[in-house]
Amino acid sequence: MSSFQPDEKPTRIGRVGGPVLSRRDGLRSALGAAALLALAACGGNDDEPSGDESTGGASSTEPVTAWGGEPQNPLVPTNTNETGGGKILDAIFAGLVFYQADGKPVNDLAESIETTDAQNYTIKIKADQKFSDGSPVTATSFVDAWNYGALVTNAQLNSYFFEPIVGYAEVSAEPPTAQTMSGLKVVDDNTFTVALTQPESDFPLRLGYSSFYPLPASAFTDIKAFGENPVGNGPYKLAETGAWKHNERIDLVVNDAYAGGRKAKNGGLSIVFYASLDTAYSDLTSGNLDTLDALPDSALATFESDLGDRAVNQPSAVFQSFTIPQGLEHFQGDEGKLRRQAISYAIDRASICKAVFQGTRTPAKDFTSPVIAGYSETIPGNEVLSFDAAKAKALWAQAEAISPYSGTFTIGYNSDGGHQTWVDATTASIRQTLGIQAEGAPYATFAQLRSDVTDRTIKGAFRTGWQADYPGLYNFLAPIYATGAGSNDGDYTNPEFDGLLKQAAAETDADASQKLLQQAQELLFKDLPAIPLWYSNATGGFGESVSDVKFGWNSVPIYDAITKQA
Amino acid sequence: MGIYIGRRLLQMIPVFIGATLLIYAMVFLLPGDPIAALFGDKPVSPGVAAQLRAQYHLDQPFLVQYLLFLKGVFTLDLGNTFSGQPVIDVMARAFPVTIRLTVVAIIVEAVLGIVVGLLAGLRRGGWFDSLSLFVSLLVIAVPIFVIGFVARYVFAEKLRWIKASVGPDPTWSQLLIPGIVLGSVSFAYVLRLTRNSVAENLTADHVRTATAKGLKPGRVLTVHVLRNSLIPVVTFLGTDVGGLMAGAVVTEGIFNIPGVGGTLYQAIIRTEGATVVAFVTVLVIIYLVVNLLVDLLYAVLDPRIRYV
Amino acid sequence: MSDTSVRPGQEHFVAPLEETPLRAVDAVDDSAPPSSQWGEAWRQLRRRPLFWVSVVLILLVVVVAAVPSLFTSTNPRFQTLADSLGDPRDGHPFGFTRLGEDVYARTIYGARASVVVGLLSTVLVTVVGGVVGAIAGYYGGIWDALLSRISDIFFAVPLVLGAIVLITSLQSRSTLTVSLVLSLFAWPQTARIMRGSVLQTRSAEFVTAARALGLSRLQVLVRHVVPNALGPVIVIATISLGTFIAAEATLSYLGVGLPSSIVSWGGDISAAQTSLRSAPQVLFWPAAALSVTVLSFIMLGDVVRDALDPKARTR
Repeated sequence: MSSFQPDEKPTRIGRVGGPVLSRRDGLRSALGAAALLALAACGGNDDEPSGDESTGGASSTEPVTAWGGEPQNPLVPTNTNETGGGKILDAIFAGLVFYQADGKPVNDLAESIETTDAQNYTIKIKADQKFSDGSPVTATSFVDAWNYGALVTNAQLNSYFFEPIVGYAEVSAEPPTAQTMSGLKVVDDNTFTVALTQPESDFPLRLGYSSFYPLPASAFTDIKAFGENPVGNGPYKLAETGAWKHNERIDLVVNDAYAGGRKAKNGGLSIVFYASLDTAYSDLTSGNLDTLDALPDSALATFESDLGDRAVNQPSAVFQSFTIPQGLEHFQGDEGKLRRQAISYAIDRASICKAVFQGTRTPAKDFTSPVIAGYSETIPGNEVLSFDAAKAKALWAQAEAISPYSGTFTIGYNSDGGHQTWVDATTASIRQTLGIQAEGAPYATFAQLRSDVTDRTIKGAFRTGWQADYPGLYNFLAPIYATGAGSNDGDYTNPEFDGLLKQAAAETDADASQKLLQQAQELLFKDLPAIPLWYSNATGGFGESVSDVKFGWNSVPIYDAITKQA
Repeated sequence: MGIYIGRRLLQMIPVFIGATLLIYAMVFLLPGDPIAALFGDKPVSPGVAAQLRAQYHLDQPFLVQYLLFLKGVFTLDLGNTFSGQPVIDVMARAFPVTIRLTVVAIIVEAVLGIVVGLLAGLRRGGWFDSLSLFVSLLVIAVPIFVIGFVARYVFAEKLRWIKASVGPDPTWSQLLIPGIVLGSVSFAYVLRLTRNSVAENLTADHVRTATAKGLKPGRVLTVHVLRNSLIPVVTFLGTDVGGLMAGAVVTEGIFNIPGVGGTLYQAIIRTEGATVVAFVTVLVIIYLVVNLLVDLLYAVLDPRIRYV
Repeated sequence: MSDTSVRPGQEHFVAPLEETPLRAVDAVDDSAPPSSQWGEAWRQLRRRPLFWVSVVLILLVVVVAAVPSLFTSTNPRFQTLADSLGDPRDGHPFGFTRLGEDVYARTIYGARASVVVGLLSTVLVTVVGGVVGAIAGYYGGIWDALLSRISDIFFAVPLVLGAIVLITSLQSRSTLTVSLVLSLFAWPQTARIMRGSVLQTRSAEFVTAARALGLSRLQVLVRHVVPNALGPVIVIATISLGTFIAAEATLSYLGVGLPSSIVSWGGDISAAQTSLRSAPQVLFWPAAALSVTVLSFIMLGDVVRDALDPKARTR
């Protein structure tokens, strides 16, 4: 759960610029990461109908069938933090902005989002927007929805998204000392202002995330019923009351009231829930499923030959690592830095990506992701992510001179999510390079692992991963490595790093802000609070009857653009 | 007989209480905080977490939680899942399809197992016996997730006879392959049990007598050999029902059947106490009824066994 | 019929017990050495070649499990990722796993954990289930009600739930915990099979005869009922041995199996599942080793059962 997907199988990755991809689109496959970024999808056939099946095929009003998972929470935007529900919300709601395939934000409902100091924002929304039930989308629809999400008594899982807004402290106290956030003010029907407690220059970028979607007034009268049959303002709407058939599927039809930039080009969208990726893959190859945006382990080796140019394998905004807690014995101070670097040098990322993931993951070069604006492969200090057995041994020997190491180096992971193979490969790489004991430490459930991590009772390293909520560098760094941050599970603290983050947040110029965040990563490469491993690629494929399939920056197909042939 | 059945039904009450208490205790003992896990790797808002804990009574001591559950049983309100659905609704969706799948599996393993076992037992050491041994070795040595994977690969992807994803409301024919997969391991048990029982009974005195009396071989076989060989087989099938229903996690996953096994597994992994206990309670009841039926069948199969 | 009293070749002359209960006793050859059903079974076993074949196979598996280093010098956990799913070559007769480990070495080293899990679980289940089932079936009444209902409760516990709770409360994942988990869930089945079989046996004529001879109920149970009711339990036990080893694979598949520091056939079969589409051969060797082991135990179970059945002895 969470956008971080504990159950994610180690399956999603691509061979960027590798010799793979489609045979027919040979040229495209030779393009590097940056070009892919611009192209957005190696599998997309935007301007040419893919030759074999669809030339001349009449477009169909049949809904596109898409792979999905049963949502873990009611379909309320501020209460959905995992991908199964997230992809439905994104289809039935429209926010102030939406993200293009390359992660670039485009105004959806927003007319303008203005600020001079990165701290006080004036948001104007387009006039005459409607929810699918006909009620108008106004400034109040946003302000009420955000206040609802933040108020502690509503127990919304995404409440922390509103933390930067003035007045969040009051509504999140227990018991709350206010019912609404004082930082949100409705100016008129189409205008509201947002005051933040400190400058956050990427705040506008966050507004495409589902937590910031508006809600119709009817939602608040019976939120439970709303969660089962949500009424949104997005490109799709529920086909009927009860369209969400639990554990089976949800049927969406085109919402004619939506007038934004994501107008659906197909007859509808049916998201089918699968318990096993293997089954979904079988359905895709046998023509019973149109799009699949994840792959079972068993198909990694063959999917590109199975699917030809209908295979998708491109970088995405998922970063995988393991965190070595700051308090772990022998991993503190100078000795700790040496050992952390030794371990990082000891991991043969490239070979693991190839053998375990069949090239569907890309070895990490930084702490963020290659699809995010401001990503750099050349941050000084990132050579520590290369495999260098000699250097690893030398650094470990230096650390041994300070204090000899005994015991077993462990990487904790939840064994219900298909992580065992890569943990085994990684610990074997460490074991065989450094000549120390290194093992995976399986936890039966994700809950057990998280409890041990959040209670700080874990006695070794543990796997961590981050799927960005919105396409910004800051989202990969501040929540995880800033002192005292909510997801700083390793208790990393570095005042210099905090200072750079703060500067970047206050910097309204995007380039300058990104430069500062790259500098901040230089510090991370010295301290290695977490050992970066690889980026998960967006992998999957699509069926013969659909075209114009592109996968977005968040690895989910852009459903509204898909066209289906009869 | 009537008294016996009445007594057995009465015994269900302590079993029900014992089983639910045991399961509740086990869920309580599950490690980790399910609420913290709901947040994934994202920041846990302490206020929200506390709200959720109260909502699911997770802040209550064990016995209070259990008593609240018992109260729920009698008011038919078994609580909600973490996704906000009433557990009753979840059960109403999961059980029908699983029951059908189980019926298919039981029929497959019983019919195939008994027929093959009978033939193998009649010609012990013959080629058919050896072949049946080989087949049972295969299903024993290859775990069910591999058998299921291969079955789906062959029948859904290559031959396209079935859909890989069976879904929640399948026809009986769609359930055939999943049923065979689910029943495969038990098929080996039924086969071997029948074979050995038949072989044993062939030399029994009442069979010799029957043959000596000049009864037709077919009648000897069905009435005197098979009927007397069936007690262990029927016992096994009875014990298998519960196992098939709860243990179908793998098969259900492979064929995307949203049934009891998968729901129960997910609920356990997520520490959703209410769901786990509610499901197991129903399983216990099914289990008790099936075992009672098996005991009554004993008396039919072997007149020497009597209940008072 | 059977029993200490009736020897091969004599049974045709014995009238039904109800009519002349003492005739059977009359047939006892007083000069013969005292014989028990178990002793007679052992004499029978020694003469069966199938017995020796299975014993040799089982011994081989046990030796491999005990001292795997006799059979290979390759470290089963050493990875060469470059050899991922590689074909067999000199020194690596069975090829490589996805992580580039030697399949032959892993099959050899996997024997220990697998055999321990299989044997330990089978013994636990057969002893506990057998005793409980025998008592419930033979004594009936309150004993039956109590023991049967307790086993019903255990039936109800989902395997994964029990596995997680047990692994956590014991703070370890080992062959012992896995065996305990599997036994905890399998014993009620054996208990019920045993109970059913005992119910059938206890009403047999020779049991009545033995009681009439003045044997105590316990003596009758141990000497006469159990040996004659054991057939189905032996069948279940020999198959279970294999299914327990395979079940360890399913536990691994569900994330509650052995840790990867313990090499086992089940773990390897589970890991090979992801290579099924591209490299099915990786699955073959651990599954084959498991099959041979199960086969040898099934053969042993067959001959033991035959030996325990006096009527099958003459052949």
